[in-house]
Formats: sequence, structure tokens, C-alpha cells
Amino acid sequence: MPKLYSGAEIVFKCLEDQNVSHIFGYPGGAVLPIYDELKNFNSVKHILVRHEQGAGHAAEGYARSTGKPGVLLVTSGPGATNAVTALTDAYMDSVPLVCITGQVPTHLIGTDAFQECDTTGITRPCTKHNWLVKDVNDLAEVMHKAFEVATTGRPGPVLVDIPKDIQFQKAKYKSYKNKKKLNGKSHDNYSQKNIDELINLIRKAKKPIFYTGGGVINSGTKASELLRELVYATGFPITSTLQGLGCFPADDNQFLGMLGMHGTYEANNAMYSCDLMINVGARFDDRITGKIDEFSPKSKKVHIDIDPSSINKNVKVDLAIVGDIKSVLTSTLKTFKKSKNNFSKSNKHQISKWWEQIQKWRSKRSLDYIGSEETIKPQYAIERLYELTKDKDTYITTEVGQHQMWAAQHYKFNKPNRWMTSGGLGTMGYGLPAAVGVQIAHPKKLVIDIAGEASVLMTMQEMSTAVQYNLPIKIFILNNEYMGMVRQWQELLHDKNYSESYTAALPDFVKMAEAYGCVGIRAKTPEELDDKIIEMLNTDRPVIFDCLVDKQENCFPMIPSGKPHNQMLLGPKDQKEKKITGKGRTLV
Amino acid sequence: MANSKSAYSSAGKKQKLDTHIIVVWVDNEAGVLARVVGLFSGRGYNIESLAVAEVDQKQNISRITIVTTGTPQVVDQIKLQLKKLVPVHKVADFKREDKNVIFKEMALFKFVANNGKLNKAFEACKNFNPVILDKTNKSNVIQITALRREIDSMSKNLKKFGLVSVSRTGAVAMTRGSEIFK
Repeated sequence: MPKLYSGAEIVFKCLEDQNVSHIFGYPGGAVLPIYDELKNFNSVKHILVRHEQGAGHAAEGYARSTGKPGVLLVTSGPGATNAVTALTDAYMDSVPLVCITGQVPTHLIGTDAFQECDTTGITRPCTKHNWLVKDVNDLAEVMHKAFEVATTGRPGPVLVDIPKDIQFQKAKYKSYKNKKKLNGKSHDNYSQKNIDELINLIRKAKKPIFYTGGGVINSGTKASELLRELVYATGFPITSTLQGLGCFPADDNQFLGMLGMHGTYEANNAMYSCDLMINVGARFDDRITGKIDEFSPKSKKVHIDIDPSSINKNVKVDLAIVGDIKSVLTSTLKTFKKSKNNFSKSNKHQISKWWEQIQKWRSKRSLDYIGSEETIKPQYAIERLYELTKDKDTYITTEVGQHQMWAAQHYKFNKPNRWMTSGGLGTMGYGLPAAVGVQIAHPKKLVIDIAGEASVLMTMQEMSTAVQYNLPIKIFILNNEYMGMVRQWQELLHDKNYSESYTAALPDFVKMAEAYGCVGIRAKTPEELDDKIIEMLNTDRPVIFDCLVDKQENCFPMIPSGKPHNQMLLGPKDQKEKKITGKGRTLV
Repeated sequence: MANSKSAYSSAGKKQKLDTHIIVVWVDNEAGVLARVVGLFSGRGYNIESLAVAEVDQKQNISRITIVTTGTPQVVDQIKLQLKKLVPVHKVADFKREDKNVIFKEMALFKFVANNGKLNKAFEACKNFNPVILDKTNKSNVIQITALRREIDSMSKNLKKFGLVSVSRTGAVAMTRGSEIFK
């Protein structure tokens, strides 16, 4: 007779079979049987967080920096509802997560039992799929299916809700069979004809641009390599979304910087004026497109994406190629090389005028800011942080707001999976727990959370987690005492009515660091900034770095709401020189 | 600019709405209807009517028929989003004008009136396969099958014959000829 395992054991056997080495979690009544088994499975290490949202973001950081699914384990009721923000965040940014929740015993479901909530009901709109396991014989299959759904197609979060009695009941364990096809849900759905069409468009283009996104990173490091190869071979300019940063080297001349609401002048103008736009794994988000009716009006648009529902959702495209970026780029390069050996030479001539135009836009130097010798400018702080860390293989996470945009603009990423930020949902409090997850996955690497003082307070309790596991994460706070992005919008759009955007009673972050048992460092002047950053980098313990920055600084360039790409607001330096025209000026 | 105080762009031009009948084959499992309906409500799509029942007991397949309105872009999104749901096997989409597809809906009408009116009511239904399911000396229940818009107008027009209650199934659809949707 085959051996019988309890539901709790089956959970761990599945995790083992899926090569899960770390899970992030928080115990509670409805998951105690699972926690009881933890001691018997040494290959799975549990990281105890301080709040379930932290477990979710840590798992996201783990997943985004490794390409493997992140796993979290939380209890029923409040445990599950606390994880909802992280699940929604992962859903928006296509991060593979497997969330295991405890549930009250099956006979109590529906009775408003203690710590009961309709977990599968609540999480249905923020997961790719979820399961309530009502029979222990289904558990193994559901667990393996959960991993499959989370990691195939467009990745995303899934949830498995396991009632407590199921965790105790016994069943046979069915091991994992690697199925090739998933119920028709994985989509490599393009033909050579599509690729030929793409090559034909590439050949004809006079003003082309690559517009790349997080899909490239989700497709694996090989996809980034292939992308680089294709971009170099064509000689085309390339811009990236917030989530795509790192898939192409930011210090390369062909890279125009990030596009979108706070993107560079050259990237946005190139998007507006191009005649061929090749979207690789991006989703025409509203922060990217600005006013849809006037989005890149003269271009042929190509969209390469694994998710068929992303095609034509916001912007109609002329050529859709539905498939995994890696495989599409492989086919494209193959055809490209075959069809035109000396293509790149002739083509470079064809697009030389376009590059001249781009250089003109570039000469605006739209990321410039007015420096200061008295106060630390936030952009300066990020520039210095970049200069002092660029020789290390650094992983950056962020919170959400001005500091996030400055980090995206001024920190140069040259490798994929080094940049973890909450883009779609815009979750303040994401960065600190995400840094915990990244450091767990990469114990020897430098992990920095570029933070704002308002965001970081939302999940500050996870410093305690970092201390417990000796995770030397660096929390680099650009402290301007305001919810900076809120303040900026209020200044520009609400007549400087700074309603509730100032935090009047901030904690002393240095003392707070000490209270947590980590190291606090404060920088007040530009003069001392470098030394303090070096001190932070030389500290092999968690650090909270309180960088006091200019309180009034705004994040530019900026596309005001409802404006197309060619009507950007540039920074104060440019405004002084009275260079910008158009209605946007009235804003400033 | 003065009007726009939002971080979001303003809505674009309104486009023409078409009526479509979407047929979805799903695993008949707990919560599957909630997934389908939740997708519609969560993304702001309309549901004008919905009919669902298991059609294959062996493989536990249910067939959901949804009447919806939307711009061509929205209808495309509905189909693509539905196809992404794990328990969904296939999705068919028919335009209401499609001559190759039969759309039918069943309705039950209850009339309370004198015999003269009840007879007139039955007479008025005669184009729609009326069946008298229940009859007393002052009331009857009539079953009809018809198109949605026919039932719409019937339930308006029959008030004068003592129509007091209407129950409708929502439209179901099937292609004409020997072809089946794959």
C-alpha cells in the first residue's frame, strides 16, 4: 500500500518538487498544521515577516530578481486580506507568485467562523486563478497546477486556499508531471509570415523605434540578450518602460532613456514622431501613452506580447505577434540574418536623418536639474549613489513616488532583473519588503531600496525581518518630509493647496534604525553625501540612510495629464531659458 | 489644461455599440460563474442577459450564453479576457444580425383576467409557439419562445390582456446547418 501523507506534508512535498527553497510567511490558527510540518522539510526555508503584505512584496522581490516564482504562506481571514495588496501588485506587474492560505475547517465555511473570510472570492479579481481545496486527494494536483498557471503565459499570482481539516487529512501523493500544454493557455501563436512582415517593416522604416517593457525581463535573461543583438543589428533607437529598465544597457548610445509621463524628451518625441514602433513586451499603459487619440499618430505599430488580450486593448496595432519574446526574437534574428547580410549598413544610412533629429532632442538634456551647494538635490543623491555603486552588481528596489521616478531616470541599469519597482499598482511600501526578498535570493549582493520617507513608513516593520535574518539591505530614504508626488501635483494642478501632503511628525530615522538593531546614517549636505554613502556601503548590516533633500524639488520632465508625447513640461532650468512652447507652459 | 486636474487622461470619443452574443464553454466547477460574471463587472462590460446550464454531464462542461453590448474593441477584449480564464475551454462570439445563428429565448407569462382577455392574450402569442402550461377560470400561464426583442415588445403589449408576471430565461444560441463551433 502506498504511503499516505497529511495535507500539510503534501504541501511541502509539492514545494520540494517545485524546487522552492524559500517561502515568506506568517503563522496563524488556520495554517498551524502546515507550520508544524516545517521542521521536517529542511530544503524549504521559511522567512518570518512582520505583516502579510510584507510577505507578498518580499516574494515579489524574490521572483523579479530570480525569474522563479515567489511563494508566501499566510493564515485565513486577516492573513489573506493583508496579502491582497501584494497579490494585486503582482497581478498588475506580471510577477509569478504562489500564495498558500489557510482556511477554517470545511464544515465551518460559510458560518462566519473565527478568522473566516471568502478568500477565493476576495482574490478572484487579483489572481490569475485560485482554488479552494475541499478534498485532500486534489491537493497535490492543485498545488502543481498553481505553479504551472503562475509561471506560464503572462506570469502572475495564484492562490491556493486550504481548509485546516484538509491539512490534517491523509492522501496519496501524486508527483509532478511536466505537462507541455496548459489547457490552451500558453500562447505561441505566430507564424513565419508575421516575422516576415516585421522584417519588411524594419527594412522600410526611416524613423523606427523599439519600445520595450517588462515582458522582455519576464521572458528570461536570454530574451534580453536577443533584444540587444537585434537592436545592435538594426541600429535602431530603443526606449524602455519603467518595468523594462535593464533589458538594454542604459549607458549605451542607442538607448534613449525611459519614456512616458516622466520619460526623457528624446524618448517621448521619438515615440511621437516615429514611423515604425516595435513594442516588445510592453502594454501601452496610460502612463506611457498619454492622450490615446494623439499617441504616435504617424507610425506603423508592431506589438510582440505573450498575452493575446494585451493586443489592441489600449492602442490599435498594425501587426500583432503573439508569443514568448524569446522565441519571437529568435525567429526574427534568424530571418533577419538570412534576408539581409549587409542590411545594417544600408539601413544605418536610411535612418541617419532620424538619428540627427534624436540628437537634437537629446541636446535638450531633459534630465538636467539645477544643482545646489547648500541642500542635497534628490537627483544628485541618486547620481552619486549610482556612481558609487555602479561597479558592484547592485539590485535596486523602490517605493512609489518622486524618488521612484528619479531612480528610474538617474540610476543606469545594464542588466535585467536588477530593478524591482511597483509600476502598475503603484504600491507605496513595496520597496523595503521587496529588498528583503531580493537579499534572501542574493545573499552576497548589494541590495538598495531607494525610498521616500512617506512610502517606507508603510512597511517599516519589515526592518525587523531584515535584522532577524542578517540581511544587509540598505534603505536609502530621500527625505523631503512631503508625499513628494502628491505635493508636485498639488503645486502644478491644484493651486499649491498642499492638502495633507506634509508629514508633520516624522520619526527620527537614525534613532529608529538603532531601535530596530540596525545602523542609522544621516546626510544633510551635498559635501558630506559621498562619505556617508561610502559609510553605508561599508556597513555589513541593514542600514537606514536618512538623506535630507530639497523639499520643493519637482520631477521633470513631465507629460501633463491628457497631453500627447510632444507636449512635455521640462525642468526649471529649461523653463528659465523660455524654451518650451505650447499650452503646457501655463501649468508652471 | 485648465480643466484637467487629473492624473489620468480624459475619456476619448464615444463609439457605436453593437450587440453580441457570447457563448462560453467552461468546466462546471465551484465559482466558475462568478469568475465569468466578475470579469464582466470588474472591467465594466455590460451583461444584458445570461443563461447557463451544464450541457455535458460526463465531462462536466457548462455552456454560458451572454448577451452583451460594446464597441468592437471592447467585444474583442471580452473574448480575449474570457479565453484567459483557466476553466474556460472555448469562446464563441456572434453578432445579433448574424443570419447563420439561431437566437431563442423562452418566457413564461402569467395573465389574470376574464376569459375573453385570456383568449385574446393566447391569440396574440400565436406566432411564438405558445403553450398553455396552467389554466384556471381567471388566470393562465403561457410559455412562448421568441427573440429577445419580440419578448420585450410582447411583455409591453400584453399588459392590456392582464399580464401580471413575466419570467425569462435569457437568450441561448446555436449555429444553423451541420457545422458546430470548435
